[in-house]
Amino acid sequence: MSVLMTFLIALKALNRNKMRTTLTMLGMIIGVGAVITMVALGRGAQQSIEDQIKSAGTNMIIVSAGNWTVGGVRQGQGASSTLTEPDADAIRESISGVQYLAAGVSTRTQVVAGNMNWFTRIQGTDIDIPLIRAWPMASGAFFTPQDVSSSAKVAVLGSVARENLFGPDADPVGQVIRIKNQPFKVIGVMSSKGQAAMGDDQDDQILVPYTTAQRKLMGITYINNITISAASAPQTLRVADDIIALLRVRHKIMPGDPDDFMVRTLEEMASLRSEAVQTMTSLLAAIAGVSLLVGGIGIMNIMLVSVTERTREIGLRLAIGARGRDVLLQFLVEAVVISIVGGLIGIGLGVGLSKGLTSGLAWPTSVSADAIGAAFGFAAITGIFFGFYPARKAAGLDPIEALRYE
Amino acid sequence: MPPVISVQDLTKTYVVGEVEVRALRGVSMDVQPGEFVAVTGPSGSGKSTFMHIIGCLDRPTGGTYILDGRDVSKLSKDELALVRNRKIGFVFQGFNLLSRTSALDNVELPLLYQGHAMRKAERHTRAMKALSAVGLNERAHHHPNQLSGGQQQRVAIARALINEPPIILADEPTGNLDTRTSIEVMGIFQRLNQEQGLTILVITHELDIAEYGTRIIGFRDGRIVSDKPVARRRHAEEELAALPAMALDD
Repeated sequence: MSVLMTFLIALKALNRNKMRTTLTMLGMIIGVGAVITMVALGRGAQQSIEDQIKSAGTNMIIVSAGNWTVGGVRQGQGASSTLTEPDADAIRESISGVQYLAAGVSTRTQVVAGNMNWFTRIQGTDIDIPLIRAWPMASGAFFTPQDVSSSAKVAVLGSVARENLFGPDADPVGQVIRIKNQPFKVIGVMSSKGQAAMGDDQDDQILVPYTTAQRKLMGITYINNITISAASAPQTLRVADDIIALLRVRHKIMPGDPDDFMVRTLEEMASLRSEAVQTMTSLLAAIAGVSLLVGGIGIMNIMLVSVTERTREIGLRLAIGARGRDVLLQFLVEAVVISIVGGLIGIGLGVGLSKGLTSGLAWPTSVSADAIGAAFGFAAITGIFFGFYPARKAAGLDPIEALRYE
Repeated sequence: MPPVISVQDLTKTYVVGEVEVRALRGVSMDVQPGEFVAVTGPSGSGKSTFMHIIGCLDRPTGGTYILDGRDVSKLSKDELALVRNRKIGFVFQGFNLLSRTSALDNVELPLLYQGHAMRKAERHTRAMKALSAVGLNERAHHHPNQLSGGQQQRVAIARALINEPPIILADEPTGNLDTRTSIEVMGIFQRLNQEQGLTILVITHELDIAEYGTRIIGFRDGRIVSDKPVARRRHAEEELAALPAMALDD
């Protein structure tokens, strides 16, 4: 009997009991939908990291004071006071390939504007930072070199800080805020940037000249970090190596001793995060894969029940001329149709859910053709694999016994 | 004219655990085309085993069985399936129709297994023809749960006829039917037997049903113990006409 005929018979059989067919499919639908959504979330997260690298510039290098262990004592980043302004000047002047440079210090404190207040990060930085981070302004202007050299009390707000101090629609340029009880004039607002590759919210901070932060807000003379943009991507690693060598000399570090600073390129940081995301994606996909497996087992169970319930029907088919092979094929096709149709619906569900998460919760998702293809393939294989045992059982029934079955 | 069924020294032995059960102990008989044979006997007499072998659902342990000129005693399972499809029309006590399926699709079923594809239009035509032969063409699209017991059995008979087989095998065809419907069904068998020359074998333990046939064979202990023509044959159509008129749903 032709495969087409078998197909027809299988479809008719499935159609006869729509409720059972649908319930059987449910496991496959949920399993495939879950896998597609999890993988899309993972890929979306990776994609957004890559986008951030592109938008921040792959040439970025960050030098932070402090390293994990200095002199046998664990210090952590930024805890050391060994990084200084002269270090930054030296890097700018003696290393070729340094395009932009900004020294940085940071602290967290309460900021007051009128009758609103907000606890946020105060980032002391330099005029190059919008260029290094490819960060356009939403309104107003950034600091000038005079602001930095004179430790002027001027501030540029990140979009979240602005929202919490002045409301989402106000333009605070020209207004005064108080940081540690000192008045600062708002001269600009940065555009929204979202999360940095390092994980902090770049919009929830207030930028001031680093000299102002050092002298007027923090009472320190050292700096926490230096942000650099290399002139071109291929030079980035070489520039980073040069910085390490220069600082080791300046800080008089003996060969064999660890650095008292950390130099990292954005790519390294991003790849660390990327690895973490990949691990998480694999884990999520594995969990979702388990639900796919359960879906397959569900299909097998229902097919077994179906075979038992349809014993008389199978006996009849055998009696009127079906061969064992015909019955095997029929039940196998039924299982495969359930799993493939369930798989297709699951794919639709997964794609829809991914799009919904992106538009509703702003979670990045990226649905790939590979994932869809793989999910479809798995669904088909699951159908064949888990459908085979019940189909073989059906085909092996003795027609006489089957016809007598109550 | 050669017999349509010819068995010679048929034996069938089952092994159940450690015990050998000799269900058939040497059965020989012929059935000529156009006969209407009733097969009777108590349970355990071997009549069911005999019918299973005649119906090619089982193979004999020994002896030969020639069906419509072909020795089918040693065919493979697949070959037997094709023989069942082409040569035998089954009618069962429990009707065995597919639920949630129209009468038309039920009748068509054997056509799906007959070895080569047949176009839907042709299947449709043949199924309608078979349903007309049993008087049910107006209910072609009804499902079994919309049909009475008698109507369901008639659909089953139409299904048995669809491939125009030489013999019809009926296993207690009236077992689930009331008296009047039983007579109607036996009437259909008689009509098919007389008008189309169809050979019919009916297993039954009810002697009054057996009397609609032309010949009664009695089994006991795995052997045929009696084989004689029916003395006073009953005629279903006459009996139906004589019954008091009842509301019919035909």
